[in-house]
Amino acid sequence: MTIESTPDIAPTATLDTSGLLCPLPVYKAALALKPMEAGDILELICTDPGSLADIPAFARQRGDHLLDVKDTGDKQVFLIEKGTGQ
Amino acid sequence: MTTEIRSEMQTNGQETATRRLALVASKGTLDQAYPPLILATTAVSLGWEVGIYFTFFGLDILHKERFESLKVASLANPAGPLQVPNLLGAVPGATKLATRTMKKWMEKSSMPTIPEFIDMARDSDVTFFACATTMGIMGVSESDLIEGCDIAGAAAFLEFAATADVQLFI
Repeated sequence: MTIESTPDIAPTATLDTSGLLCPLPVYKAALALKPMEAGDILELICTDPGSLADIPAFARQRGDHLLDVKDTGDKQVFLIEKGTGQ
Repeated sequence: MTTEIRSEMQTNGQETATRRLALVASKGTLDQAYPPLILATTAVSLGWEVGIYFTFFGLDILHKERFESLKVASLANPAGPLQVPNLLGAVPGATKLATRTMKKWMEKSSMPTIPEFIDMARDSDVTFFACATTMGIMGVSESDLIEGCDIAGAAAFLEFAATADVQLFI
């Protein structure tokens, strides 16, 4: 996997947390990931100003894999592949 | 994408051991009730194990008849919602106004209320330690508290906190 040339990845599920502040994006993302299988991909949309710092930390702490981040300034879209740890 | 984020992404998957967070919630004002609950619900979302020790006025956060009506101090709280000279915080109704203002801010930001946060934390298996000494001092009985609290003294909490990776007093 290279970050620079992200292939088109079809997410298993999408969660839009636009307008929500910490802790709701990570809380809701954890709930969304719960029923998913290892290897499934969650597309997470955030507008929380902390998300560029928080979502990579969230993925690292859980043992998930952050495949991609798209930052348009007022919105960030993350692709998170569920790991085997949770 | 910043270099910082790229390097962070490359370390994915290396943090898999279960971590533990031990919090002390010692204050019973609305503004001070939020931080422990925000940290707790975040930590469980990261896959951490979390326990909160509610002690002294912090016990009001678990009190069935009080946790919906926690207030913001309008006096001696210069960063509070009422941007008026501090002395005016003592006038009748100032606490009510400060509290109402903060509740409006929270609602406008789609932030959960304290009872909603308590439910979120409980649904995620956060352990609520209710300080037994505080209950004795303040005449609080088990039936005054929300369901699912562990009544415990400092020894039980310290044992939990001794193996925590992060311990914070709020």
